[in-house]
Amino acid sequence: MVNPPKKLLFPHRHLLGIEGLSAQDIEILLDLAETAIEVSRQVEKKRSTLRGRTLINLFFETSTRTQSSFELAGKRLGADVMNMSVATSSVKKGETLIDTAVTLNAMRPDIIVVRHAHAGAVHLLARKVDCSVVNAGDGAHEHPTQALLDALTIRRNKGRIKGLSVAICGDILHSRVARSNILLLSALGARVRVVGPSTLLPPGIDRMGVEVFRDMRAGLEGADIVMMLRLQRERMQGGYIPSAKEYFRFFGLDEAKLKNAKPDALVMHPGPMNRGVEIDSSVADGDRSLIRVQVEMGVAVRIAVLEALAQHLPNG
Amino acid sequence: MKHTSTSSIAHQPLALVNARLIDPSALTETVGGVLIIDGLIRDLGADITPANLPPHARIINCGGDCVTPGLIDMRAFIGEPGAEHRETIATATLAAAAGGVTTILARPDTNPPVDEPAVVDFLLRRARDTGRVRVLPSAALTAGLNGMEIAEIGLLQQAGAVAFSDGARSIRNARVLRRVMQYARDFDALVIHHAEDPDLAAEGVMNEGEFASRLGLAGTPREAEAIMLDRDIRLVNLTGARYHAALVTTSLSLDIIAKAKADGLNVTCATSINHLALNENDIGDYRTFLKLAPPLRGEDERRALVAGLASGLIDAIVSDHNPQDVETKRLPFTEAEDGAIGLETMLSAGLRLVHSGEIPLGRLIAAMTIRPAEILRLPQGRLKVGAPADLIRFDQDEPFVVDPAKLHSRCKNTPFDEARMEGRVKLTLVAGEMVYEAE
Repeated sequence: MVNPPKKLLFPHRHLLGIEGLSAQDIEILLDLAETAIEVSRQVEKKRSTLRGRTLINLFFETSTRTQSSFELAGKRLGADVMNMSVATSSVKKGETLIDTAVTLNAMRPDIIVVRHAHAGAVHLLARKVDCSVVNAGDGAHEHPTQALLDALTIRRNKGRIKGLSVAICGDILHSRVARSNILLLSALGARVRVVGPSTLLPPGIDRMGVEVFRDMRAGLEGADIVMMLRLQRERMQGGYIPSAKEYFRFFGLDEAKLKNAKPDALVMHPGPMNRGVEIDSSVADGDRSLIRVQVEMGVAVRIAVLEALAQHLPNG
Repeated sequence: MKHTSTSSIAHQPLALVNARLIDPSALTETVGGVLIIDGLIRDLGADITPANLPPHARIINCGGDCVTPGLIDMRAFIGEPGAEHRETIATATLAAAAGGVTTILARPDTNPPVDEPAVVDFLLRRARDTGRVRVLPSAALTAGLNGMEIAEIGLLQQAGAVAFSDGARSIRNARVLRRVMQYARDFDALVIHHAEDPDLAAEGVMNEGEFASRLGLAGTPREAEAIMLDRDIRLVNLTGARYHAALVTTSLSLDIIAKAKADGLNVTCATSINHLALNENDIGDYRTFLKLAPPLRGEDERRALVAGLASGLIDAIVSDHNPQDVETKRLPFTEAEDGAIGLETMLSAGLRLVHSGEIPLGRLIAAMTIRPAEILRLPQGRLKVGAPADLIRFDQDEPFVVDPAKLHSRCKNTPFDEARMEGRVKLTLVAGEMVYEAE
């Protein structure tokens, strides 16, 4: 008699970043997410994994897709989901992050999902609460669930991650998506390049195990995946780059530049997009675009993450 | 470029023979000739004599005069667009041709400034239609020359800008300059910066020191330049940018440049013909034509600059041509505008240093030809087979007195007013075409 494969446990109580996860940890989450895709595709989308549990979405920065995707994930697992947005909270009244954490902790939530404008804020909060904490983006540091959903999208559409050449393009400097993706894709054996103007590349990025390109065409040469990043509006006017017009000419992904990548290269973008700034509509809406697929994978990955953390909840 | 001869003549081979060929690359002199076909130097050397030229070649006997590449001036203000009352491309290039300058890098601090591709395009068209010598646009480093936001360096470069600078303005904010340098480096664009701390230089109208104090004028210390230049070099080290100090005038700056070069940084510098040939004492009785920015320095500083030129530490000599109409100069010294014209007299003024034994002729010519050509990556500025036939002929010893009325620039604010000089241009060729011939 063959023993059924032993179900591997995700060994962490929090998900604060890709940093600190092993390749195996990542694979566990991606495998869980594969099964979670099915949950969302059924008419009856509810599971009971988190029944009776409380999930707090604590977003100090506005978000549409990440917050709603965590909310849906929590609800599909049966949790009670509370969305706390900064605009209506006591943070506006001057409460410190730690006081907010202590206050929320007293309400005995099971999982808190946090986004904050400053790097390291989520880690600080995690040290002050008893529940599990998921990082939904901290400054320009990490956005682990975005990297996981990107990896899931790549794996399902390319069949693998190992050995692929992935070009992450645009505003690397301010991007938590880029940092999490660099860590995750490198851990799974992809070759990662970053492409952007020097003003939008973090100093020392070459020592993070990536190849650095300042010319888009050269950077896309032979790429299997072209991952575009959002250029934030406040960066468009002269501070980091001259103008949106010039940025699009040299770093916007259009059909002509995409021709430098492999013929079967696929295009991704974490959203929301600036059409005509970092990506041309014909590419964003073209048949090589995975941008809408990424959104679906986002819900699945967040279900997987909540399920994995649920294994560590008391009486779980 | 305006055609001063018919196209059939343009295609006729032209030979300059019996010339002292000054090769600014090798710093050598050869008696011989240059054969020009289709606007390029086809052959040159001692073997080019009337006996062995193509049968239909037009021959000019130079009678032992010097023949060198045409001069390349990396810093000249041309009034177009916006200040046509001071100078136009037509008048500036006429003055240039008469002075032996065959390539002008135009300053971008015009009105409007050269900070968008359409203005580069305008300049290139105006230069083609009205210019007698080559006019190359430089474009702004920062949008609107505001020192705050990076200009569209990529698009401007594609439009034809050959270098980038904010003209006579310094970028005060180090963070902005850092990003400008980073960004320019991606495009391998040359950053030309006027290094002068605007706060430290704010009230100064001449060099700080005894002479300014005696005249009762506010001075600009040498440190205003050195502090900014030192900051710039540190940013070059940080960013890897290709950097050219537009105009250095002090020994403090030369020390900084020397160290930067020794450290292997991609740094070059220029000084102006005025700062090499004149000093603060020439201001004399409040002569506003000698009010310059940065100001004329003391004699020790001038000598240091000449030594820097002789050693090759200073790469280029610029005219710093800056036409000002007489009303803005006929004012009390403090209120008068800065600047002097220089395109037409830079060679003659430079030859003063040769005649006084301060610098060899080859070095002088190199700093006005091959070195600027190398910095700007231009094919001209050299005596070489295949190079554009931008050439000048001059008699090194011909004496004359500078008569402002006879200068071709629209403005007559020359600091060499009534000066006695030796050596002036007899013939100027651009791409093998005669654009100036002395009467």
